[in-house]
Amino acid sequence: MSFARDAHRLLERLSDDAFAALRPGEAASLSLSGEDQTYLRFNAGKVRQATGVRQLRLELDFRAQDRSAKFTTDLSGRADRDICDLRALLARARSEAASLPPDPFASPMENHGQSEEWHEAALPDPAAVIDQIALATSGTDFAGLFAAGPQVRAVRNSTGQRHWFGTSGFFLDYSLFTVNSADENKAVKGLLGGTDWSAADIAVAIEADRQRLDQLRIPSRTLPPGEYRAYLAPAAVAHIVDLLSWGAVSYGAWKKGGSALRRWIEGEAPLSDKFSLRENFALGLCPRFNSLGEAAPEQLSIVERGALKNLLIGGRSAREYGVASNGAESGLWSEEQLRSPEIQPGDLPERDVLKRLDSGLYIGNVHYLNWSDLQNARLTGMTRYACFLVEQGEIVAPIHDLRFDDSLYRIFGTELEALSDAARLFHSTDTYELRSLGGSKVPGILLSRFRLTL
Amino acid sequence: MNAPEAAPAVVDPASALSRLAREADWIGLRLVEETSQHRAARNGRPERNQVHGSRGAMVEAVVDGNLAYAATSDLSETGLHEAASRAARLARAGARHTVAVFSPGLRPAVFGTATGPCERRFDAISLSELTANLIAACARLRVSDRIVETSAEIILTEHSSRYLTSSGADIEQRFHLVSQNFMATAQDGSETQRRSLNGPVARCLQGGLETIDFELIYRECEQAGREALELLDSEDCPDDTRDLLLAPDQMLLQIHESVGHPLELDRILGDERNYAGWSFVKPEDFGRLRYGSPLMNIRFDPTLPGEFASYRFDDGGNHADRQYLIRDGLLLRGLGSLESQARLGLPGVANFRSAGWNRAPIDRMANLNLEPGDSTLDEMIASVERGIYMSANRSWSIDDYRRKFQFGCEYARLIEDGQLTRVVRNPNYRGVSIPFWHSLKMIGNRESFGIFGTPFCGKGEPNQMIRVGHASPHCLFSGVEVFGGGR
Repeated sequence: MSFARDAHRLLERLSDDAFAALRPGEAASLSLSGEDQTYLRFNAGKVRQATGVRQLRLELDFRAQDRSAKFTTDLSGRADRDICDLRALLARARSEAASLPPDPFASPMENHGQSEEWHEAALPDPAAVIDQIALATSGTDFAGLFAAGPQVRAVRNSTGQRHWFGTSGFFLDYSLFTVNSADENKAVKGLLGGTDWSAADIAVAIEADRQRLDQLRIPSRTLPPGEYRAYLAPAAVAHIVDLLSWGAVSYGAWKKGGSALRRWIEGEAPLSDKFSLRENFALGLCPRFNSLGEAAPEQLSIVERGALKNLLIGGRSAREYGVASNGAESGLWSEEQLRSPEIQPGDLPERDVLKRLDSGLYIGNVHYLNWSDLQNARLTGMTRYACFLVEQGEIVAPIHDLRFDDSLYRIFGTELEALSDAARLFHSTDTYELRSLGGSKVPGILLSRFRLTL
Repeated sequence: MNAPEAAPAVVDPASALSRLAREADWIGLRLVEETSQHRAARNGRPERNQVHGSRGAMVEAVVDGNLAYAATSDLSETGLHEAASRAARLARAGARHTVAVFSPGLRPAVFGTATGPCERRFDAISLSELTANLIAACARLRVSDRIVETSAEIILTEHSSRYLTSSGADIEQRFHLVSQNFMATAQDGSETQRRSLNGPVARCLQGGLETIDFELIYRECEQAGREALELLDSEDCPDDTRDLLLAPDQMLLQIHESVGHPLELDRILGDERNYAGWSFVKPEDFGRLRYGSPLMNIRFDPTLPGEFASYRFDDGGNHADRQYLIRDGLLLRGLGSLESQARLGLPGVANFRSAGWNRAPIDRMANLNLEPGDSTLDEMIASVERGIYMSANRSWSIDDYRRKFQFGCEYARLIEDGQLTRVVRNPNYRGVSIPFWHSLKMIGNRESFGIFGTPFCGKGEPNQMIRVGHASPHCLFSGVEVFGGGR
């Protein structure tokens, strides 16, 4: 893990130099994110694109006289050069802050303590991974992405705060395709992730998928739009939970009219008492500290048996609305996002899912979700991958993809009949700019009615 | 407002390339430097003042006919050498399992430079002046106490790249880019509505400060504020089937999702299947498939000055030209780089593009434009007995084969007996790509032509967010399923 150790030493040097250069009345924070990843993209069981990425990105958050300015830069990893660049940024920040009006909602720099977390793992040789995947997927139509390598997140500030999170691991996010007798493409999806890559694990997973593909070789059934009894497998539920990060449980978004769950937050519309959602950093998927260095509770209940317990609050919202921060972090798309969400499982045994569904739809996965009516928590998206018509507890046929448009107040409210008794862990597979941390742990859900529209 | 000063680049690209050449059978070196100033005000106060600087290199290496990549932000001789060695190791590791054998002919040995439009450099305005303008825009958006939130945002980007290969390419390009986002949120009791200038961050152009006219923006902000109030007081969009007139700021999304992505050759090849999906278009459809009505003419156009994704060469060094993808409704050509063209045996365009120095290029739509017709906007409205006009995208979703879409807009008005009438809120429509494009029955003339874009087109594994441009006139479609909000 020399990349992470080197990055740690570099941040120490940069911080010491930058903080020593501050003048009275000034404060600064440095946030570091970085990775040394191997990305292997596959198509048709072969390597489509192999890329190694070594990058370190530093953010300088500068404060002076209630003014705030931020700069990000790519570090070379060479201390002398990076110190030179950071000094230039500091000078620039000082100049910019002086020309800006006060920013009343910028959180003051505080010492939120110190932490250091390392999760080191031996990483496989890319050549071996390629050979092993090629062997395991031989005779199949396999597409996917393998990512592996160390990742770091850290924040230090001039009040003495320092937090460090270094981890290492892999994910393989893949799809296995087949063509049925009606010449339709069908697929199953898999996700492996963790710290220790094992060729045996991928072989076992692919073998299980081959069995599932057999169910997809029957010609698909075309179903008319309407309301169907439905079971959404955990992978589908994980996508819905992803959408909650688009402001649904953000305190700031609620106050600004951007929360899809406003009616629930304000007591106008209930959620099911079967539904409980929390942030659970004990899953170990990402650091608890945010870019201000505030630490979120290890577990933060958001929905408990349908009732509001907490919304996500970051430092900026806390300052603007006069509430206490719970260490939430904002992302590229919206403020105060879920980082490690977990939906509490229910009492529906996984082995009984089809029996309990009886007649309806088994929805293996969904795709491309978006709000169709934010004020009413209505979302739309498409069914994807292994989705089946089920009659009398038996799979009858795959279905042609269908568009759904339904409300969270029904999905996690009036139509929520049961949750499966086993929750599945999904590591984040986002890799915009750099590989994400985090993920979710969710069960499947059985819905009395689910609206399909096209 | 200059870009932040930093130590000058340590690398001389040409000599760096020559030192790396021995690492592999063939080497490419792409250096990218970008500075993006993100300035925003909310409710009349500074909300965000952030400058993103990015600088790094992507080394391409071919060993045993296999191409692989390695990216580094360490531009020293040692850093580039390590990246080249890593790319070569990855190329060697995958050589027995490659999807396609690399030929140096896929990287033309071209030499050239390109500079995008920029009449007024970004440093012609001070940060304090720009901030004051954004704060003033917030004030203009707040036309009533029922406007509960206002936001004004401008992103100024300077982008430069240099691409050299061991087979003789040497290309340098430099662009200035401006994105705008101005938005008002109106609230009354339990109802909230948002209105922005053409949809969030749809105003994306190449150019300098000449692309920003604050006096015009102020007037448009007042209009957006008033329209947010109108929406607040309006009824929901009806649920039925009727003619649909789309403004250019929604056509941007319609073209992007239901034409651009399905025509990307790497999707058709299946590269994208695991992430964003495949395509309903098959290789045999080119030259045969009637994609839409005879009014439909769509071109890949990297030459339109000021459009967001104009360039002279793609990231593989292929010279970029205008090409018809769809002419008179017939599908002619896909959006595929030289690499995909070779794999598929089909004609494509120069659209091999990467989101930055740390990502390898893939097939990307760039500027994708629907050509004007000969109808005036008034003529289109007058032709409709029962219809609806929608503008400014706010929701987007389409399936992995790019067939069944559902899009929502910020603003809509009914068209009744040839007249624009009531404003309706929460307008959505849905359809299936090919039947929808066949329902195109009138197309606006050049006067109704609008140029937009977005910085947020996501694709690829690892993921890449890239800039695209879309230009279109108003378009009228017949018999479209529309619907409003509700529980």
